[in-house]
Amino acid sequence: MAEEETQVIVGLEVHCQLDTKSKLFCGCSTDYRSDGPNTHVCPICLGLPGAMPALNKRAIEYAMKVAKALNCEIVNESEFSRKNYFYPDLDKAYQITQYDKPLAEGGYLEIESDAGGEKKIRLTRIHVEEDPGRLVHMGNVERGKYSLVDYNRAGVPLIEIVSEPDMRSPKEARKFLNKLRATLEYLSVFDSEKEGSLRVDANISIKGHERVEVKNITSYKGVEKALTFEVTRQKNLIRRGQRIERETRHFLEGRGVTQSARSKEQEHDYRYFPEPDLRPLRVKSWVDGIVLPELPDARRERFMAQYGCSLNHARTLTGDLKLANFFEKVVSSDPKGLSPLASTWIADTLIGELNYRDMGLDPVDPESIAALVRLLKAGTITDKSGVEVLRVMLDQRLKKEKTETPDAIVTRLGLTKTTGDTGAIAAAIEEAINDNPKALEDYRNGEGKAINFLVGQVMKKTRGKADPAELNRMLNEALKKRGA
Amino acid sequence: MPAQTIIFEPDDKYNAFLKVCNKPSHTNGKLAGITVAVKDNISTSGIETTCASKILKGYVPPYDAHVVGLVKQAGAAIAGKTNMDEFGMGTTTENSAFGPTLNPRDTGRVPGGSSGGSAAAVAAGMVRMALGTDTGGSIRCPAAFCGIVGLKPTYGRVSRYGLIAYANSLEQIGPMGKTVSDVSTLMGVIAGYDRHDSTSQNKPYDHIPRADIKGLKIGIPAEYFGKGVDPQVAAVVKKAIGRLEELGASTVPCSIPSMEYALAAYYVTCTCEASSNLARFDGVRYGPAADTKKSWHDAYQEVRSAAFGTEVRRRIMLGTFALSSGYYGKYYSKAQVARENVRKDFQRIFQEVDVIAGPTMPTIAFRLKEKSDPLSMYLADILTVPANLAGIPAISVPCGKSEGMPVGLQIMGRHFEDERVVDVAYAYEQAVN
Ligand SMILES: [Zn+2]
Repeated sequence: MAEEETQVIVGLEVHCQLDTKSKLFCGCSTDYRSDGPNTHVCPICLGLPGAMPALNKRAIEYAMKVAKALNCEIVNESEFSRKNYFYPDLDKAYQITQYDKPLAEGGYLEIESDAGGEKKIRLTRIHVEEDPGRLVHMGNVERGKYSLVDYNRAGVPLIEIVSEPDMRSPKEARKFLNKLRATLEYLSVFDSEKEGSLRVDANISIKGHERVEVKNITSYKGVEKALTFEVTRQKNLIRRGQRIERETRHFLEGRGVTQSARSKEQEHDYRYFPEPDLRPLRVKSWVDGIVLPELPDARRERFMAQYGCSLNHARTLTGDLKLANFFEKVVSSDPKGLSPLASTWIADTLIGELNYRDMGLDPVDPESIAALVRLLKAGTITDKSGVEVLRVMLDQRLKKEKTETPDAIVTRLGLTKTTGDTGAIAAAIEEAINDNPKALEDYRNGEGKAINFLVGQVMKKTRGKADPAELNRMLNEALKKRGA
Repeated sequence: MPAQTIIFEPDDKYNAFLKVCNKPSHTNGKLAGITVAVKDNISTSGIETTCASKILKGYVPPYDAHVVGLVKQAGAAIAGKTNMDEFGMGTTTENSAFGPTLNPRDTGRVPGGSSGGSAAAVAAGMVRMALGTDTGGSIRCPAAFCGIVGLKPTYGRVSRYGLIAYANSLEQIGPMGKTVSDVSTLMGVIAGYDRHDSTSQNKPYDHIPRADIKGLKIGIPAEYFGKGVDPQVAAVVKKAIGRLEELGASTVPCSIPSMEYALAAYYVTCTCEASSNLARFDGVRYGPAADTKKSWHDAYQEVRSAAFGTEVRRRIMLGTFALSSGYYGKYYSKAQVARENVRKDFQRIFQEVDVIAGPTMPTIAFRLKEKSDPLSMYLADILTVPANLAGIPAISVPCGKSEGMPVGLQIMGRHFEDERVVDVAYAYEQAVN
């Protein structure tokens, strides 16, 4: 099939919990995660007969902040509606949400496109709604003995951000989500580290074919995984000449596959109508009073201008609020001197080592990274030793052992660069050449690559302490002496 | 101040109460020691609240409705919970899962509804005052049928927090009593802003009724004396309006053409809202569980078919249908347009007159089981629903008898002029007593 015929079209509906102190329609705290089930509840969020919703202004302010940051238009009058359906986690048997009069419309978010460069993903709307409770199935879903309901989550404010079908690959969808998360965190309205704070429904189709909705995606990585699975599934169907059904599918995170939802679930008629217990929302005038903080794009530009970061490094560093703050703390003592090394050591090396360990940034203190960067900048240790020091530092933190400063690690392991200690290097070179006659032979026969092998051998013997420039010079001399 | 208790052991021959509090405690205040009965759709902390439905049997609210808190604070003793049409759906109090309430004036007749228990308790002298709720006439109808006074306040004047919703956009809690003064006193206690009810307004009621109505202009809508209104009832009410004229008021004929669609607009709106409000009663958290283990949806269906009464099921189905996709525009949207027209008609008339007067009900109290077909029962609401659709205050005050049964004079006023309708009712009451 030609590329044109398999154009992937993706649109996302992203639900994010707003990080307010209290719930959307009552005074209950949203900080429920470390407490027992049904401990953050009241007549309102339990949907007890007679209880009525009272809107939390702060949640609306947070949603408007997001709308402004995403270039949306706040409508003159928006309205809450009831979405009626029966499910035990929905205590009133309807969800208070927004339907035909959402808070904000239009807008866009810029991401880095697959083709490179910036790309605008248009937004359809942003609306505010309440989170339902949570079901805990005891045993498996089909044959479980029973289910338990926890209403702690019921009534937590959510915003739903709906995009236009402007993404062209699972990767772009992931980039959209990452950028969205960064933006929400910069606005201090969202905490991505809270479990279940983000849920995504994705619409995906191959151009010219029916659209499939994938529900239930609860992680950032899951979105790319689910969509990649769907792209393959749909392309295979097309290749075999089969029809793609317009349907809803669930993403099974553990297995990395999507599964058709039972057809019953697709026949929902939500019987929306305006919530009679809440008044229409006229808040457009608040928009001028909302002061936005520096957002990811602006910070990226500033990192390039102020610290001389490359575009890629600046993008990585500012793509996460914590990381951006971390970088600025690391270089704060000497921005000019430390930035060039710090940006690559943080954006490339540190991130790589953290990901390898499935470790977050929190346990790492900026001061110790600054100390490491200073050692590298002073030429006290080689890049290779730098990585070794960093690994020791991270492992100590990961295992919650006693931590050492980079200087202490260098001293303990004897990693100081052996500049001038030519005796040790010379001995290592002699050993390396003697141990590897084949390499010497190859080199003599004009195979330049052989020297790289020997450099590696010498590095190994000196445990990476040798200054690479000096090593190269001495190795060349030694080879020359042997008539190579 | 220390709480005191009173002994309350009424001889409830009329099945007015679903639950009697025999030793209610009370404090001091405006209502010190006065017994107040509360309709069973208003939440009372620690006292079973069923809406006269099997599905809420055993439900004990953990909190007081805002008005109940206010009434207690004012020193009243909560005497018990009164019978009603299940969830407020009815005009006779016959649709109670716990048996009908009888009219104390004639036990062969209904007390009206849906606040029939509250009206009967007051009419029989068991309590001095009662709280009712009025969605389409549920305070005024039983007040008229039992010969007492009942006020449906302006929408938003009394907090609905804790009122188990039937039709949120239409209903109000209101006072019932033997005299206009009692009704006014209770209104003074329950009115005012409540941050828990987003539709409530900051309009407290601080008023002592005045009998002076000189110069008052009263609109007399033709529709309130036309087809479907019992001529004898119409005659009694006309005579009562004559008394008001003697007191210095003048009358102006007027017309509410939108009334043609008022009943339809009312029944579409209230059934739609009800279908959503009542969906939470599932047999898991409320009501009896299904007999045998079943899937969630099957158990839900089984419990609801068994535990809701016929009229409730009928209205849930009507509302569910009217809201379903493809029909919303035909029913719910149209009903809102009709409702707006009713509002506009009243607005127009109130530019020329101060209040509107007519009968509360087109007939006297029905005999038990007389209204067996739902449509004829719905038609009985025709004179009361316009005030709910428009959100305006309306009071029913006894104004004579027909066939030995009480007839109610209904006075409707402008938004937030509850004081004025009370004054007119008071003027009439003072003139005839
Ligand atoms: Zn709550």
